[in-house]
Amino acid sequence: MNDNTRTRIFARLESAVQHGSFNISEPGKPEIPDLDKKQKIDLLKKNMEAVRTQVHVVEKEKWIDILKNIIKDKNINSLVYGPGTEIGTVLEQSLGEYREKLIKYDRDIEDFKSIIFESDAGITTTLGAAADTGALILWPDEKEPRLISLVPSIHIAVLKAENIYAGFSQAVEKQRWAEKMPTNALLISGPSKTADIELTLAFGVHGPKELIVLVLD
Amino acid sequence: MENKKFNFKENTAQALLDSRLRKNLKFAMGAMIQKRRAVFSNAQELEKLRVLGNSIRRRALSKLPELLEKLENKCTENGIIVHWAETTNQACEIVLEIMQKHKADKLVKGKSMVSEEMHLNKFLEQHGIEAIETDLGEFIIQLAGETPSHIIVPAIHKNKDEISKLFHEKIPGTPYTEEVEELNAIARKTLRKMFYEGHVGLSGVNMAAAETGTLCLVENEGNGRMCTTVPPVHIAVMGLEKVVEKLEDIPPLIRLLTGSATGQLITTYVNMITSPRKAGEKDGPKEIHLVILDNGRSKILADPQLRQTLQCIRCGTCLNHCPVYTRIGGHAYGFVYPGPIGKILTPQMEGLEKAGAMTTASSLCNACEEVCPVKIPIPELIRRLRNESYDLNGTVQGHGYKKHFMETAAWKAWELVNRIPALNAASTKMAGLFGHMLPKAGPLKEWTHTRTKPVFAQKSLHETVKEQGVAHE
Repeated sequence: MNDNTRTRIFARLESAVQHGSFNISEPGKPEIPDLDKKQKIDLLKKNMEAVRTQVHVVEKEKWIDILKNIIKDKNINSLVYGPGTEIGTVLEQSLGEYREKLIKYDRDIEDFKSIIFESDAGITTTLGAAADTGALILWPDEKEPRLISLVPSIHIAVLKAENIYAGFSQAVEKQRWAEKMPTNALLISGPSKTADIELTLAFGVHGPKELIVLVLD
Repeated sequence: MENKKFNFKENTAQALLDSRLRKNLKFAMGAMIQKRRAVFSNAQELEKLRVLGNSIRRRALSKLPELLEKLENKCTENGIIVHWAETTNQACEIVLEIMQKHKADKLVKGKSMVSEEMHLNKFLEQHGIEAIETDLGEFIIQLAGETPSHIIVPAIHKNKDEISKLFHEKIPGTPYTEEVEELNAIARKTLRKMFYEGHVGLSGVNMAAAETGTLCLVENEGNGRMCTTVPPVHIAVMGLEKVVEKLEDIPPLIRLLTGSATGQLITTYVNMITSPRKAGEKDGPKEIHLVILDNGRSKILADPQLRQTLQCIRCGTCLNHCPVYTRIGGHAYGFVYPGPIGKILTPQMEGLEKAGAMTTASSLCNACEEVCPVKIPIPELIRRLRNESYDLNGTVQGHGYKKHFMETAAWKAWELVNRIPALNAASTKMAGLFGHMLPKAGPLKEWTHTRTKPVFAQKSLHETVKEQGVAHE
C-alpha cells in the first residue's frame, strides 16, 4: 500500500469534516411489528412464496418424510450436505433408501469443485429467518460450507420455527451479530433470479433454480 | 465514451430520434415505478424509513475519517487486505498488481459501478487480462461492446429481439431464440464455466459496516456470491463514502435500497463478508482485498451543501422517475453515472467544464428528490452547480466556465431595467412598439426552434390596469 496516498486522502477527509454542520439527528430504530410465532410463520411463508420459494410447514418429527417425497418428486440423484451438522446426523441415520444419494461436503473446494458443480441439490441448516422481509438467515461454517446453498440447482433449507424473527433488524439485535460476525453471513429469500431482459422475471440464472424451505414447527 | 468530447446536446438529439430506445425506456421505467410504489405502499412508514436512512448516511459522512480508519482496522484484523487509491488509475493498478501476483489472466466480475468509474475492463485488457462480466445485464452489454445505461439495470435500453440477435451472433454455437428462459439458460451455461475456472473474482460493495469490518453486497442472480466465493482470491472495490458506522445501520438501508431500486422487499441474496476463509472452512476465497477509492469524493465532502451527494446509496430510483432520463436513456449523459444523481455527481468528479452540461437536463420538477430514499435535495444541488458554472468565485472544479461577456452584459442590462423605473417604463414601451420586429437570429433563433416566438403587448399590464381597472377581483 502506498502510505502517501492514504495520508493524503485522510488529510483531505479530516479537513473536509471540519467545514460546516452535517445537521445530524441521531438515527432512530426501524419499526418492527410485534408478532406471535404463528403470525411470523405465516408472514414469512407469504413473503417467500411471493418470490417463488416453496415453503412447507411441517411437524418436527416428520421433516425427513417430507424430504424423501421431495427427493422422489424432483428426481434428485445427488444431495450435498454438511457432515457433523445437526441435520447431517439425522440425514445419515434416517434417509433410508435415499441415503446413497447423500454427498458429504467434507473436503476443501479445490478437491470438491467438480462434485458440487455436478450435484442436483444441496441441503443446509439456517440460523433463522426474517419474516417481514421474507428471508432465511444462513451462517455457513466449517461444517456447512458456503457453496451448498449456491451451486446445486435445488437448495433445500431447514428452519426451526422458533428462530423466525419479525424482521432483519430484530435478528441482528437479538442474535448479537455485531459481536461475532462469521466469515460470511447470508440472507436468502428465493431462488436465483433476474429481470435483466425486458424486465421479464426468469429464475435460476446463476444460483439455484428452486428454493425449498422446511419450517419445523 | 469520455475520450470523445462530451456533446450533450448532440447526444440528446440522437437519443430522441431513436424511437425503439424511447419505447424500451418508457415501458421499463413505467414498470419500475409501479413496482416501487407497490413495495412502499404505506407513505407514513416510508417517510419514517427515509428519515432514518438520511440520518444514518449523514452521521456516517460526519465521521468519515474515523469510520474509514475503523473499517480498515477491523478488516485488517479480520484478515482482509486494505488498499487506498486516490485516482481511478491507481485503483486499476492495484487490481492489476493483485492479478499479476497470482498469475491470473481472467477476472470474473460481479456488478460494480465503481469498476465502471475506473474503466477497469479496458485497463486490464490493455495489460492482457480478460475481465468477464457475470451479471446478466452487464454480460449482455459487454457482448454488445457497450457501457451500462442504468445504474441498476445496465441493459435496460435493449429489448429481447436485440439480445436474442446478440447471443446468437456472439456466443459460439448458440441457436437464435427469443425465449427469455432459454436466453437465461445460455448465459447460465456460459458463465458457470467461467466461475468454475476463475482464479480471481471482483465485486463492488453496497455498504460496509465499520463496527465489524463487514462488506455487504445485495444481488438477485447469485453471480455476486459466485465471484466472491468460488475463486481463491476476491477483490472488492468501493467508493470511500460507502461506509456506515454500525452493523445495525445495514438492515434499514437495505430495505430502502432494494425497495427503491427494484421494488423488492429484499433481494434474493444479501451477502455479508467479514473475512477470508478461516482454518477448517472448506470454501470461500483464501485472500480478500478491499480497494477503497477516493476519486474526488474527499473534495465533495468539504462543501457543506454539495456533500449531500455522497449520501447516495446507488439505488437508481431517481433515474426511473426522471422525465428526462426516461426519454434519452443513460448513454446520452456520456459518463458512467447518468440521470439526476449523475448530474450532480459527475460534474463534481470530472469538473464543470467537462461535464457541467449535464446539469441543464432538468426541469427541476423535483421527482428525483421526492423519491430519493436518503432525501438528497437533488434539484437544489443542480441549481447550485448551474450557478457555479457562471461563478468565477465558485469552489467546484471548472466553476465559471460558462461566464462570458454577452451573458454578463445581458444580465447587467436586465438588472438595470428592473432597478431603474424610468428605464423599465421605456423598455416596456419599446418592447410593445418594436418587439415584433426582433429578428429570429442568434439565441432567439435557437430558442424559437421548438417554441413560439413571444408577442409583446402594445401596453404594459400596469397601463392596462390603470385604464380599465380590475374586472374580476
